[in-house]
Formats: sequence, structure tokens, C-alpha cells
Amino acid sequence: MSNLLPANIVNQTYTPTADRGEELPPRSITAFQFHDIYNALGAGAAALSLAALLFGWFAPLQSMIGYVLASFVLFLLIFTLLTGFSGNREEITDRMATTLMYSAGLILIATLLFVVFFTVARSGDAIGHINFFTETQKLTGPLDPLTSGGVVHAIVGTLIQISIALAITIPLGITTAVFLNEVGGRFARLVRTVSDAMTALPSIVAGLFVFSALISTGVLQRSGMAAAIAITVMMLPIVIRASDVVLRLVPHNLREASYALGTSRWRTVWHVVLPTARSGLVTAVILGTARGLGETSPVLLTSGAAADTNVDPLHGPMISLPLQVFTFIKSPEPNMIARGFGTAAVLLALVLVLFTLARVLGGKAPGQQSKRQRMHTLSQSRQDEMRIALKHKAREKAAAAAPAKLNPTATTPIYEQDLRPRRFGRKK
Amino acid sequence: MSLNETLKPNADKPRSLKAREPQADLVFRAVARSAGGLTIAIMLAVGLFLSLNGANAMRIAGWGFLTTQSWNTSIPKAGEFGIAAVLFGTIQIAIIALGVAFPLSFGTALLISEVLPGNIKSTFISIVDLMAAVPSVIFGLWGVFFLQANVIPVSAWISQNLGWIPIFAVTDGSGHHVTEASNFTSSSFIAGIVVGLMVVPTMTSVMREAFSQAPVGEREGALALGSTRWGMIRAVVLPYGRGGIIGGTMLGLGRALGETIAVYMIISPIFNINWQILKSGGNSVSALIALRYGEASGFGLSALMAAGLVLFLITMAINFTASSIVARSRSGADN
Repeated sequence: MSNLLPANIVNQTYTPTADRGEELPPRSITAFQFHDIYNALGAGAAALSLAALLFGWFAPLQSMIGYVLASFVLFLLIFTLLTGFSGNREEITDRMATTLMYSAGLILIATLLFVVFFTVARSGDAIGHINFFTETQKLTGPLDPLTSGGVVHAIVGTLIQISIALAITIPLGITTAVFLNEVGGRFARLVRTVSDAMTALPSIVAGLFVFSALISTGVLQRSGMAAAIAITVMMLPIVIRASDVVLRLVPHNLREASYALGTSRWRTVWHVVLPTARSGLVTAVILGTARGLGETSPVLLTSGAAADTNVDPLHGPMISLPLQVFTFIKSPEPNMIARGFGTAAVLLALVLVLFTLARVLGGKAPGQQSKRQRMHTLSQSRQDEMRIALKHKAREKAAAAAPAKLNPTATTPIYEQDLRPRRFGRKK
Repeated sequence: MSLNETLKPNADKPRSLKAREPQADLVFRAVARSAGGLTIAIMLAVGLFLSLNGANAMRIAGWGFLTTQSWNTSIPKAGEFGIAAVLFGTIQIAIIALGVAFPLSFGTALLISEVLPGNIKSTFISIVDLMAAVPSVIFGLWGVFFLQANVIPVSAWISQNLGWIPIFAVTDGSGHHVTEASNFTSSSFIAGIVVGLMVVPTMTSVMREAFSQAPVGEREGALALGSTRWGMIRAVVLPYGRGGIIGGTMLGLGRALGETIAVYMIISPIFNINWQILKSGGNSVSALIALRYGEASGFGLSALMAAGLVLFLITMAINFTASSIVARSRSGADN
């Protein structure tokens, strides 16, 4: 830096070129160095073989989990020992901590993948038959082969229930989130606290609530509608919380710019805040939907199991996918359990699709636009400019036609200018 | 201003800064406020209806409701029902769940916020979020058909070698240690592990958020003073993230207490207090409700509502505390 400045400059910060003496290599601040990787590999190999020896030689191999646990503990011990050869106490602690963090992360990912693959792998028997997606359980008993019966009724039930729940949740949830952010005040803080606490409402309590409030009072039967309302009670706080976070991220200067133009609060929300936060709001709703889809116990309490398709949400039980899984695997028959896994795979696929959709749509921060959206915004502002220009022109024409009546003080136009819209964006 | 007016009688008066709200805004404000009101009304109604419906059973059972271990609601007058055993089971499962979930989520949260570089980081965050979206019935399925068979040898090993610690012992009625695999199925331990995995995502995301808000200046200061990464984490990140750790753990606890279907699928229900976590049999409030709901008479239903009310009050208390701890430690939130 200093050699860029002229040497005769005074009264300015100036870094003297210090005599550094002997140049030492800088301390590496990357946590894992090469010898660490060798240490880790060596410790891993040693731990696996030692555990195999222990289990194979001294005691017969009893369970996979026991083997993995034993190798993990051995790995930690050996790795500490190896690091101890080259490092001091601080370094050993650091390597240990980093190893433990990686282990936690790996265990988490491995478990998740395992849960997913286990379900998918065991679902093969059931979803291999096309009738699984075209028939219901109406004419199928527990002993019937897998070539009979399916889960269409549960898919239809899930879709109906979630649609009703979304029809209530989206307007109510987003309006509440807007209230929390754009109106504010003491009452809003209360609403935020309560809905935050309700995000962890036990699902069975939501089911009990709908039962006591709507079913036992005779307002509704045990039906798809009741289940949908119970799911709504579960989803609503989740959607409110997620949307609240998204709306909070909308930059304040956008709101202020809008207010400075004299816009009303309502127009600011509708034309600035909501469009800016759109992708985040979509994500919030989709994640809430994924949670709502997987709820079993509210549906168990408020609707109950059914073997046939029921498209009437107001009368009679309407089953959903998770409840169908639950009903299948309560049976001891292997075919029913296979159907349970098949249904679970369908449910999982639905959740995965929703989740991926949420990631694709919601990967962007508020206000960040795709190319197509940017083009759209650009063309809209061109149209706006044109509209304003035309209106301005018309007003001037009117003023020129009757100058005395309209505006006694203005005798000449304030400025003369080319009123054709200017071109924004790239020049051609 | 008065001077101005005397000099120039026709001068423009300053525009009043008090604006009357336009009609649209009044409507907007009313709609937004009523949406908030409706939301809070729904939430309050949950507590209200549960207490109204549970009141009958509560009145008959009295304080015995909290201390009785059996659940026999066929003769209401006898008052032979209470949630002592199921509440104990609920808390037992939740504590085991936290024992599994805390190290996992603490480690993962630190890994995400401190170790992983940008690209892998966002993938990891997505994976944790995905885990939150996996339905509980699928975790239950996994727990019943895979985990159970594989955990039993581990349980047996623990009870043989650590059986001198009372909670790890597995004994039959006469106090003898037992080793048959059938004594280890459907235990609180297995249910706790599954529930633990289900609450990991919640805890991880709260902790990660708290950790990532530790100030950069202090981090760099610690590193510049020569500390290792773990040294920096211990000196800077953990003190700043303490609210997040406590709050996240409590939120996880709230979730674990309320988990229904996975527990119901795994556990074999009993109605007495079982201290031996590895031994077959346990219960939880939510599993009790799911279990007895179908056969309940009018009075039985009232008793279940009362049990649900207790669960509701406990989880709400925990969540209120947790979210206020998290909110206090979180900077930037304007509330």
C-alpha cells in the first residue's frame, strides 16, 4: 500500500516498510492439515479392525449398532493418541472437537438417509403393483395378496384435507404475519408470542381441541372437514412464524421509498412488501404444508380410518396417507405391513417433492429476482412511465386550452421536454 | 411563522404533517388486526375447550389426578385414574430424547456455523430442514422395524454391564436380572431415541442461528491472539450462543413431550411408574390419548381431555420460556 503513495505526502497515515528480519512461514489457520488427514485415516482403519477383532474374536457380533458404536469410541481414542504425538494440548482439544462436530453431522445425515432409504427399499413389494395406485382398500382383506387393493382413497383424502387447510391457512396466516410486521403495536407482540409458543403445540392436543369444540358439540361429524381444521390449527403457527421471518427481511428502504411517494400503508403492503417477499412466503407455505401432510394423530382423532374413497369432507370418515400407514402396520399380516411401507413411500415422495419445490422457489433472498422477473419488472416500469407521460401530456394540453380557468398563476409550462418514454436497460 | 405571515399575507402555509388515514388503510388495518385476533382466539380456544371438557373429570379426581398411577375411567366415582405414570413416562422419554438429540444438534449446529464452507453449508442446512419435514409416522416405522431389533443387543449389553446403576437395570418381579431379548422390546429407551432424532432439526436450527450471530470482530480477535478454532468457539461463540443453546434445547423438549404417533407405535403401554428405561413398557400422555380415545365413554373422554390439558399447559409453559430466552438473546428482532 505504502509504495503507492508519493513519498513526500505529509499528514497522512503512512505505513513504514518495516525491517521484518527473518521471514517465518505464516501459521496455517486451516484447521485440518495434511498430517491430520493421515491421522484420521489411520485411526479409522485401526478402530474398525480393532472393533472387528473385539467383536469377532472375543464376543460374537451381536448387532451392527454395537459394532459402529465401539469403532467410533476406539476411533476417538486412537485419533487423540496420534494427534498427541505431534501437537500440544490446545491442538489435541481442537482436533477432538472438530472430529466430534463432524461425527455429529455425519450421524445426522446418515440417519436421515437411512430412514428414507429404509422406507423406500421396503416399499418395493407394494408399489411394484400398479393396482396400488388405482384401487382402494374397500374389497381387500388383510390376507389378500398385494395384487389387490391400493391407497387411492388415502391420496384423495390427503389432498382434500390439505387443500381445505391451505384455504384457511394461507389468507389467515399471511394476513397475521403482515399484521405483525406492518401494523405492529402491543397487541401484535402478544399475537407473535402466542403463535410462537403454539408452533410446538402437541398434535394430539390439536386433535382433542377440534373434537371437543366441533365434534362433541355437534357442529361437525368425524369427517375430513374436522381433520382439515385440526391440521389447520397445527399449520397456522408454523406458517405465521415462517412468513413473519420472511417479511422482516424485506429491506426497510423499499417501504420508506414507497411511503415517501405518498402511498398508503395498504398499497405499500400490496405492491411493495408482498411482491418482494413472494418467494419466501411461498416457501413458508410449502414447508407448513409438508408438516401438515405428515400429521397422523389429529386425523386419527377427528376423522378416523376408512377403507373407501370419500370425497365429501362433511360426512363420514376420510383417511389420509399417514393415518393409512398407521392403520396398515397395526396389522400383523406381512402383506399389510408391506402396504404400510408402500404408503409411507408415497407420503415421503409427496413431502420430498414439496420440499424440493420450496427450495427451488425460495432459494432467493427477498427482492432478488430471476432474469425473467427482472424483464417483467422492467417492462412494467416502462409502461408506468408511458402512462405517467401520457397523463402529463393530457394535463398540459388541458392547461393550454383553458389556462386562465384551471390555474391562474401558471402561464407557461414549467419545462419543455421530449415526452417519449426513455429507454432503460441495455442499449441495442 | 407569524413573522412570515405579516410580511407576506399570501404566503403558503406549511402543510400539516398530520395525515388523515385513507379509507383503504383503515380497512386494511382492521382486517389485519382481526386476522391477528382470530389467530389468537383459535389458540386461546384450544386451552378453553380442553379445560371446559376436562373440568368434569378433574373435579371428580381432584388432586389425585396428578398422583394416581392407574387409568380406569369406567367407574367415575371411584376416581381410579390419574396421570402420574403417563406423565412420568412422557418426561422420561423426553429426557432420553434430549440425551440423544443434544449432542447431535449441538455438534451439527457448530459444524454448520463454524466449520463448513459456504456451499456445503447450505446443503447441510437444507438436509436438516428436510429432516424436520419427514413425517413422524415414518420415523416410527423405522423405529419399529429397524431400530428396535438393532438396539436390543445394545440395551442388553448396557443392562448386563451397567446394571448396578438402578435406571439401567432390567429386573423381573422378584428383582432378578433378566437377559431375554423380549424384556428389552418396546422400551422407553427405544422410543426416546426415535423422538430424539425427530427433535434434532428444531434444536439444530435454533442453535445454529444463535451461533452464527456471534460477532465477527470478537471471533477474529480470538483467532489473532493465536487461539485454535475450538478455543475461539469456547471463548466467543458459546457465550454469545448461550441463549440459543438453552432456548433450542427447551424447544426440543417441548416437541419431545408432545410427540404422539412414533411413541404410540413403539411403546407397549403400561400404567405404573417404570424407572428401568431399558425394560419393555412405558407410556406417555399423548400415547395414552391416542390409545384410549377410541373406547372412551363420555366420562373417559373428559378424563382424556384433562390429561391433554395438562400436556398442553406443560408444553406451552416450556415454549413460552424458550421463545422468550431465544428472543432476548437474538439481536435484530424488533420486538
